[in-house]
Amino acid sequence: MLRGLGKLTWIEIKIFMREPLGAIGTIVVPVLVFVLVGRAITSKAQTPSMSNFARVGLPVMASILIVISAVLSLVTIISIYREGGILKRLRATPLRPQTILSAHVLVKLLLTAASLLLMFLAGKRYIPPGVHPPIVSFAVALVISTWSILSIGFVIASIVPTARFAQPVGAVVLYPMVGLSGLFAPIASFPPAFRMLARLSPMNYAVSLLQGIWVGDPWSAHLADVAMLIVFFLLFTALSAKIFRWE
Amino acid sequence: MRPVIQVSGLRKSYGRTVAVADATFEVNEGEIFGLIGPNGAGKTTTMECIEGLRKPDRGSIAVLALDPFRDVYKLQNRIGVQLQQAQLQKRIKVWEAVDLWASLYKKKSVDGDRLLDQLGLTDKRNAWFMNLSGGQKQRLFIALALINDPEVVFLDELTTGLDPQSRHAIWDLVRGIRERGKTVFLTTHLMEEAERLCDRVAIMEHGRIIDIDTPANLVLRHCPERTVVIEVSDPAAAEPFNLIPRVERVERNGSQFTIYGRGDLVTEVIHFLSENRVRVTDFRAILPNLEDVFLKLTGRSIRE
Ligand SMILES: Nc1ncnc2c1ncn2[C@@H]1O[C@H](COP(=O)(O)OP(=O)(O)O)[C@@H](O)[C@H]1O
Ligand SMILES: [Mg+2]
Repeated sequence: MLRGLGKLTWIEIKIFMREPLGAIGTIVVPVLVFVLVGRAITSKAQTPSMSNFARVGLPVMASILIVISAVLSLVTIISIYREGGILKRLRATPLRPQTILSAHVLVKLLLTAASLLLMFLAGKRYIPPGVHPPIVSFAVALVISTWSILSIGFVIASIVPTARFAQPVGAVVLYPMVGLSGLFAPIASFPPAFRMLARLSPMNYAVSLLQGIWVGDPWSAHLADVAMLIVFFLLFTALSAKIFRWE
Repeated sequence: MRPVIQVSGLRKSYGRTVAVADATFEVNEGEIFGLIGPNGAGKTTTMECIEGLRKPDRGSIAVLALDPFRDVYKLQNRIGVQLQQAQLQKRIKVWEAVDLWASLYKKKSVDGDRLLDQLGLTDKRNAWFMNLSGGQKQRLFIALALINDPEVVFLDELTTGLDPQSRHAIWDLVRGIRERGKTVFLTTHLMEEAERLCDRVAIMEHGRIIDIDTPANLVLRHCPERTVVIEVSDPAAAEPFNLIPRVERVERNGSQFTIYGRGDLVTEVIHFLSENRVRVTDFRAILPNLEDVFLKLTGRSIRE
């Protein structure tokens, strides 16, 4: 049933790397920003322990930005492929529709993981000796979050009329989600209407999960976050299965 | 001859646009069958319903005895498809596309490198799709349509937008597909293409099939008029032109005669000239073609 998934994913990764700005925009720039900000913070705060932001905020913020760029580039690529008839051409083969879309999800997951890995390697020297962030658990949490939020990407890709609108429409949906994610201000401090909105977005659960896992919470403390991310994934996947357009 | 495609009472609308109103026809094994008509006639929609890419509103379709919508995966393993407006990923390499396609089919696929060779794409193996010329892209799409050694090949406006030279090269390729015993179903709005390539054509207009036959029969049935223009060195010899069978009218303009008639007029005139040893300094036959048939059937030119 998933015949062709591996090959299609590999080809899509190669194609992505051939785009002039593709690899730079999604991998190099986030890692570079991370390193620069990390250096600025550590040089000022000459304390033996990391500042609160460096400890909790920075890795999570960086991860969320990676996820957002993954979703935006997913939306863009899907709408370009639809407009160019590439989706239609692939569908006129024995490839199953879900295989075609899964390949794109896999590409984004792999690139997200790669960015994260580079970021960790580059940022390692800012982590004081003796502090061991749970990098594997964090990676797993990031994959779960990316997966869930990517499923919104397919809903957005279903509603953008043409490829030209992919980026703006995606941004209009996603940046408010970051703003309301609890990353910059605790959700409890929002007015009630905003609080409601925030709860309807998977971003909060992603932030709560990533933040928690990064500071060493056990998974058992975040079962609710994981459950909500899965619920959102199922919901958005079912919705996009209904409204997704191939041409 | 076994029909490999059977379409009956097909109807398909997009919202309020009726793209295909009523189409019934059969395509036989081993022939090149053309669906011809102007842009917007409903050719692509008909073809995509047959390929299982669209669900008809009404009517029945069987391809290789399969229901294209219900058995779409079974069918896609046995057919090859070239779509009118499809592209590939801009930066996919030619060999990558062929390799990917080859991996998708259950049946063992044909040798991709040989296919590229036959289509003259060997030196483009490593080129990106976006850097291919129009003709090269179409040849790649033909390669992808043939990679699974299909029983039926669908080609939608294969040569639209190509220069005459690439067009002729592609016609030869399509004839080659038939030579290998495959059935070809193609659409075109180019009457010359239909006339040169197709064994049988169905003429479509406003979502309906208005006639089906071989190109020659269509011309013969709908446009039997023939005209021969000759110049003779001795006008006296032209006197008995009226007596040639099939001749209806003769006009004279100096030493030039225009002979109007029907059916096999041209053969009769040639016969007469050689029998009577008439010396001819110029000879021109004006034959109607599918464009004239279309004009006659619909009252408008297909180019409009
Ligand atoms: N996806 C679509 N959505 C809405 N209308 C369409 C679509 N595809 C084709 N049409 C309309 O259906 C009619 C038939 O189109 P088509 O089958 O493409 O004809 P042809 O291939 O003969 O040019 C046209 O009027 C066209 O505008
Ligand atoms: Mg068409």
